[in-house]
Amino acid sequence: MADNGSFYQRVGGWHPPPLTPDYKTSVLRSPQRAKLSLENTISEMTGPVFGHSMIGELDDDLIRNYATTGDPIGPRMIVHGRVMDENGRGVPGALVEVWQANAGGRYRHKKEGYIAALDPNFGGCGRTIAGDDGSYVFRTIKPGPYPWPNGVNDWRPAHIHFSVFGTAFAQRLITQMYFEGDPMIWQCPIVRAIPDKAAIEQLVALLDRNNSIHMDTLAYKFDIILRGRRSTMFENRKEGN
Amino acid sequence: MVQALNQLRESPSQTAGPYVHIGCTPNFCDIHGVYPTDLGVTMVSPGVKGEPIIVTGRVIDGGGFPLRDALVEIWQADAAGLYNSPMERRGNADPAFAGFGRQPTDGATGEYRFDTIKPGRVPFVDGRMMAPHVTFWIVARGINIGLHTRMYFGDEATANAQCPVLARVEHRERVPTLIAQRADVDGRTGYRFDIRLQGEGETVFFDI
Repeated sequence: MADNGSFYQRVGGWHPPPLTPDYKTSVLRSPQRAKLSLENTISEMTGPVFGHSMIGELDDDLIRNYATTGDPIGPRMIVHGRVMDENGRGVPGALVEVWQANAGGRYRHKKEGYIAALDPNFGGCGRTIAGDDGSYVFRTIKPGPYPWPNGVNDWRPAHIHFSVFGTAFAQRLITQMYFEGDPMIWQCPIVRAIPDKAAIEQLVALLDRNNSIHMDTLAYKFDIILRGRRSTMFENRKEGN
Repeated sequence: MVQALNQLRESPSQTAGPYVHIGCTPNFCDIHGVYPTDLGVTMVSPGVKGEPIIVTGRVIDGGGFPLRDALVEIWQADAAGLYNSPMERRGNADPAFAGFGRQPTDGATGEYRFDTIKPGRVPFVDGRMMAPHVTFWIVARGINIGLHTRMYFGDEATANAQCPVLARVEHRERVPTLIAQRADVDGRTGYRFDIRLQGEGETVFFDI
């Protein structure tokens, strides 16, 4: 790794802190001791990379990858964007995994307690690998909002969960995508765990009419930014890592 | 107007939530027929070099209860101390060892379990050797950003004593939170590694 430096550090005030009491489950699951700062070693600067051969033909199509008797109910949409690093460079080969509720806001999971109906043709998971410029695309239906046991009447805004692998384990990220114009975004204790409004806005996908397909599918654009790394302009390490 | 750096900011983290299995281990949560297997369930292939081991344990909250809805990922070097990654420039890792594993904690017991091999040593940034270790990344409902930690091996006392990362732990009584003890697991060689999120015995987590 002689040609690359460390990843930019994660600074406070941008990511949600561990303890956010309005999101009640965080109270007993948040470390209280300061984290131990560690310069990136090869253990963090390497990471698993997954090949295109792993991806099945329908993995990126949530409308079809679980359906047996027809298409799932709900607004059809494309979610597309780029996986980039903080230097604005695409991250080719990034594995992007998504999961979501169905159009009624119901997850296909035994822990789910919402009375909304399951959709027999919707599983709710998908994955793809970013192209040479970091671009990715899924086809799915728009998930519904749903209630959750936190406050006595808390609801989650419609969202899609994203799990992303870059080239290094230091870049590992799980986040959520929200939809432009949803008033529930600003009422959600999980969203509000993020202290910076600009950071929250970075998770709000925009309606992209230009890439909508008439009489077929709406489009939303959602870029994902992973940690960037320093260019090594001066090499003074004795070892090559 | 001054110049602009034109750098972007990392997308902020959000919790993996209680339904992380749908996206990351769908077969585990009975969503079958989408992916043939869950990613990261198999770390070793036939002919793998090194000592086969089982790594198992629980993720425990501040009330002493194991999380039954967590997802644990691990990343480690092969037996020779090489990572199976394009970013590994020191040599070619054992092709029979993926280095990456992903497992949910059990819905009843809270136990996670990996079938892997014992890793070799890899160098710190200054060239000194770190003790053999496995990198952990833990996500779950209630965890706002994935937690990085490391598991070291209780039977590597000499290497542990020389490890520049373990030496960094200021409060020495916390070092044992990073060290797994060797134990029989179903008659096989294993290591038990419990992760405590909060309170007495809180695991050392890393800001990397």
